[in-house]
Amino acid sequence: MTAVEHGRAGAALAWRRAALVGLGFGAGALHLAAVGVLLMLHQRWIVIDTLSLGQATVLLLAGGAGAMAARDADARLARGALAGLCATLPLALLSLAMDAVTLQPIFIVLTPDLQAMLTLGMPPLLAAPALLLVGVAAGLLGAALRAIPALSRALLPGAIAVLIAGVFQELIQLMLQQYEGPVGEARDFVYTWEGLTQQGAVTVFVVVTLIAQLAGRAARGRVAAMEPARRRQIWAGIALAAIVILPAAAGSYIGQVLMLVGLYILMGIGLNLEVGLAGLLDLGFVAFFAVGAYSTALLTADAPNALMHLSYWAAMPISVLLAVCVGVLFGLPVLGVRGDYLAVATMGLGEIVRVIVLSDFGAPLLGGAQGVLHIPKPQIGSYTLSSPVALFYLTLVAAAIAAFIAWRLENSRLGRAWMALRDDEDVAQALGINLVRSKLLAYGLGAAFAGLAGSIFATMLSSVYPSSFQLLISINVLALIIVGGMGSLPGVVLGSVVLIGLPELLREFGEYRYLFYGAVLVVMMRLRPEGLWPSDVRQRELHAGDETAALDAGADLLPARE
Amino acid sequence: MSGAQLARSQPRISVGRVSPVDIVLWSLRILVLFVVFAGTIGAIVKDRYTAAQWFDFVMFGLTIGAIYAQIALGYTMVYGVLRLINFAHGDIVMCGAFAGYFVASPLDRSGFLTDHPVIGMAAILAVAVATSTGIALLTERIAYRPFRRVAGSGPLIAAIGVSFFLEQTFRGMFGSSVKSYPAPAWQRSTFEVWGFNVPRIDVLVIGLAIVFMAGLYLIVQRTKMGTAMRAVAEDAEAAALMGIDVNKVVVFTFVLGGAMAGIAGVFYAFVYKQVYFFMGFTPGIKAFGAAVLGGIGSIPGAMIGGVFLGLVESVGPSLFLDGLGIPAPYQLRDLIAFTLLIMVLIFRPNGIFGERMAKQRA
Repeated sequence: MTAVEHGRAGAALAWRRAALVGLGFGAGALHLAAVGVLLMLHQRWIVIDTLSLGQATVLLLAGGAGAMAARDADARLARGALAGLCATLPLALLSLAMDAVTLQPIFIVLTPDLQAMLTLGMPPLLAAPALLLVGVAAGLLGAALRAIPALSRALLPGAIAVLIAGVFQELIQLMLQQYEGPVGEARDFVYTWEGLTQQGAVTVFVVVTLIAQLAGRAARGRVAAMEPARRRQIWAGIALAAIVILPAAAGSYIGQVLMLVGLYILMGIGLNLEVGLAGLLDLGFVAFFAVGAYSTALLTADAPNALMHLSYWAAMPISVLLAVCVGVLFGLPVLGVRGDYLAVATMGLGEIVRVIVLSDFGAPLLGGAQGVLHIPKPQIGSYTLSSPVALFYLTLVAAAIAAFIAWRLENSRLGRAWMALRDDEDVAQALGINLVRSKLLAYGLGAAFAGLAGSIFATMLSSVYPSSFQLLISINVLALIIVGGMGSLPGVVLGSVVLIGLPELLREFGEYRYLFYGAVLVVMMRLRPEGLWPSDVRQRELHAGDETAALDAGADLLPARE
Repeated sequence: MSGAQLARSQPRISVGRVSPVDIVLWSLRILVLFVVFAGTIGAIVKDRYTAAQWFDFVMFGLTIGAIYAQIALGYTMVYGVLRLINFAHGDIVMCGAFAGYFVASPLDRSGFLTDHPVIGMAAILAVAVATSTGIALLTERIAYRPFRRVAGSGPLIAAIGVSFFLEQTFRGMFGSSVKSYPAPAWQRSTFEVWGFNVPRIDVLVIGLAIVFMAGLYLIVQRTKMGTAMRAVAEDAEAAALMGIDVNKVVVFTFVLGGAMAGIAGVFYAFVYKQVYFFMGFTPGIKAFGAAVLGGIGSIPGAMIGGVFLGLVESVGPSLFLDGLGIPAPYQLRDLIAFTLLIMVLIFRPNGIFGERMAKQRA
């Protein structure tokens, strides 16, 4: 084969790859449309009467496909356009199909509303090509942004700012509500009650672009000169300050959301000890959370099946202690179960707890499906922590203590024993690590944090029901430590904010949260198994792994990857 | 290493010394044995159920057990070939049940299912099998293949992700409500054998399950592809060196498992008369337990394990729990199944039929 032919074959391959990338994104868009996410996002304006979040999603998918396809040096724009075209093709076909047959009796979200969104009210035969054209344009733009860094530097900050200002408009308006004077006037200029206005969007874009240009020139050199670790510390500091100050400034809704985030941080820290450090994949984690919640409920509630009427502060340590006991009891039988089997066994244990709570067998004590009601709020002196903001600060203090303990544990003898155990149980035992003790401590301490979270959860809701303690909670916690980075404390915080906080802010998103989690688990495991904010140890391990994998690849006989 | 072995390998000072872990594990064994024996004696003494009722329990156990067996086959084959717990397999079952529903429901409304039961059932099963197989292949291609050579918990976590993704996709597309499966009159009717009433649907499910499982067994034992599958299960690298296309074998395994899951999904929906997006989870976990019980990787083991699990969970509540005076024992049916699952994972992770897979798993 001559070099020219070789080049031609390579080019053909690149074109095919661009089309496939586009079709992949297109399949994603089609999936979003079929499950109803697209229509749900379409209900939310970014810029009133101009661009909805749903439309922006389609544009982002096409643009993303364009950017992905434009990775080779030549014909970047054309390949980007092709990928953009392919990314909108499935949706265009869907709109044609919906015009021809009524699919709604089977697929409940393929409604006329969705059709209207896809066609913008145009006749379908005209709308489908129009959609494809939009796809081509978005693909071109995506490719251009990737190909020309200066262009993306100029456009992206403003675009992202508009996106944030539009998507979180309720929240921002709520925060700005209290201000009068110039701030109030600026607010009224940019927003109306239903969202970002067109003039507002332009203003935000221009202002942020200008700031980014000016500040970018000044700061880029300095930021780049900083060490990654230092940069991270600064980000962590900013995030921490925001978490501490925001609820007090922004009111009870944000307080509630952050409180939930805080509870998940607590649980995340607990599960992180088990999964991240000790390598014990525990899917029955929700059981500890339930024990904490039910103990607090039964010890404090003003209900007929309550055992005692202690104050919250007396009940909380008892609940944590009980959770530790359950954790150890839970860990004892599965001490010898390893790896994937452990995950299934712990999940079975968690399900057993749920079945017992729900049954008539446990009902006299636990209240069956009705649960336990009238749990009092904690009191400090005569002040009752009843508002979500006050409870948030309680959670924050608890999370801070938990984080401190976890941080000290990580570098302790026990923490190193856990890591040895995670890497190789047999070797760890041979080195003299007491497997039984270390494992039980991992379960017990993990359970303690979950129990604490459960205890706060019970007083937050004032009632506990078995339906609050489903396997889904375990999966939530697992997902957040995987997104954040296994074994990494800041990762837990980041994971909770991203996976618990963001969906909570986009309230209508709640229904689709688990869809998103499922996808996140697969994607993270595939693209970034160390998480968004990996612990140093884990990153080193995975890097070392890459090198050996590269060496192995040469001798690789199994056609596992093609 | 099994639990007992680990417990035995704890440091000991003198021969015969018992570690605390041993005590816990032994008390767990004794507790379960106590529940089984005391409950059985209690049930016999109380004599609350008639022979016809016991017959119903057994019949239901065999039916549901045949379904578990079919699901367990999917777990065991995939595990044999890939060493992966296909956590989403239960949801593949759900996909089949849903696909069957969208055929069965219009067929039932038009009266076709009553007039031509054989063609109707064949159509329902065909669509369910096609859907389940298709989705099983998609999950393999998109989610599992990239993890083919990854060690650790990554593949399992990805499989959990796939499971949630499938559930929520179906929930989004078809709604979160419980849809009732059509039950034409011939399905609900019974016939008499030696004075016992036998539901027709049970006989249909058990009979067809036997036929399909026998077919699967023949495919795995007699065909070239089946032989290749067993070779890969034995030693993937050696099989690849012998010229076996491992990717093809994996795809074939998912086809077989997906087809079985589709059939099982339709049967499960016919027995419980409803479909919803989360329906695959519980039978999935139970069937995994059945696969481990029979020795994971072993096809006959999965069949026997499934039937055994079905029988225990159907007869168990009235036999073990009612005898102990526990109220509403039927609610604790899942408790029995999950306890069995955990006991197997703790005490017999190699299954009751042998040790073949033990070394490869650890």
